[in-house]
Amino acid sequence: MIRSEILREIAPILRDQLVVCNIGIPSQELHAIDDQPSNFYMLGTMGLASSIGLGLALAQPKPVVVIDGDGSVLTNLGTLPTIANNVADNYILMIIDNGSYGSTGDQPTYTGKKTSLAGIARAAGCENVVEVQDVDTGKALQDALDSGKMTVLVVKCDSGNAKMPLITMDPVVIRDRFMTEVAR
Amino acid sequence: MNIDKKITDDLVANGISFVTTVPCKQLAGVIEEIDNRDEIYHIPSNKEDEGMGLCAGAWMGGKRPAIIMQNTAIGVTINTLATLIQFYRMPLPMLISYRGELREPVACQVEMAVHTKALLTQLNIPTYHFHHQQDVEELDNILKYTFMSNKPVAILTDANFWGGYGDQ
Repeated sequence: MIRSEILREIAPILRDQLVVCNIGIPSQELHAIDDQPSNFYMLGTMGLASSIGLGLALAQPKPVVVIDGDGSVLTNLGTLPTIANNVADNYILMIIDNGSYGSTGDQPTYTGKKTSLAGIARAAGCENVVEVQDVDTGKALQDALDSGKMTVLVVKCDSGNAKMPLITMDPVVIRDRFMTEVAR
Repeated sequence: MNIDKKITDDLVANGISFVTTVPCKQLAGVIEEIDNRDEIYHIPSNKEDEGMGLCAGAWMGGKRPAIIMQNTAIGVTINTLATLIQFYRMPLPMLISYRGELREPVACQVEMAVHTKALLTQLNIPTYHFHHQQDVEELDNILKYTFMSNKPVAILTDANFWGGYGDQ
């Protein structure tokens, strides 16, 4: 499965959660598949989805699901020790690990070679780290939500992108409608 | 006047309850004071752009954030300031130790000091420079201004403000 197929499958689960979605094609795909005011789309700033989601989870009680990528986590590896040492049980970091920089032309990342993000997360001190194959994403995400425990979920899948339109919504609109959902 | 306590009191009085820090020797006292306050959740970050992401999330979650960092971090965070904090119109007070100014003992620090104000000006970030200890009296108004305007605001605090760099 590629990322867009996974997102389409888990959209019914994501719909009821606060979602912080990674820059580029992941946000475009989620926006096209199931736009919700409870989705915060990153339009820039590669690497910070996990940090934004952690700040959000620590600040309020609703569950937060971060949809991140292997390339973006690699660019902000310091996020994993911060996550591990600031436990928020309403926080799920879901890393769609397709071993490539999808938004820039599918150049390979090191997670498709020797590097294991699940291993790095465990070494950083994260207590609930789950690695699954693409077909098991929905069950693993629901299990993580039901557990009420902070979870890092690494989803191994194929490289590839769906052709989706750019997000043209104003960033302040994205942010404002998201904050309205947070406060609801 | 205990400057560390005064700064922390102003943060708390302005409802700031989520503070991320990357340390600097000049900031050690205020970081310790923040760490000791029940009103503030202190979350050290490993890099300043990561810290700004944490602050952005906390603000959307209903908390008032602040970041405490060194001026060298301006070099690290320009993209984050432009494409996250400014693009989405978020408030962010940045208490910054202004290394490389008068009474600085480490020559390399001057290399970023000479770019600091120019970079902040280029980014249209409101910038205040605390040089004398009494300049801290403006902090309360600067914090109110930050959350009124929904912008990142820089407060540069140099070695003279902190009473010299210390024994080094």
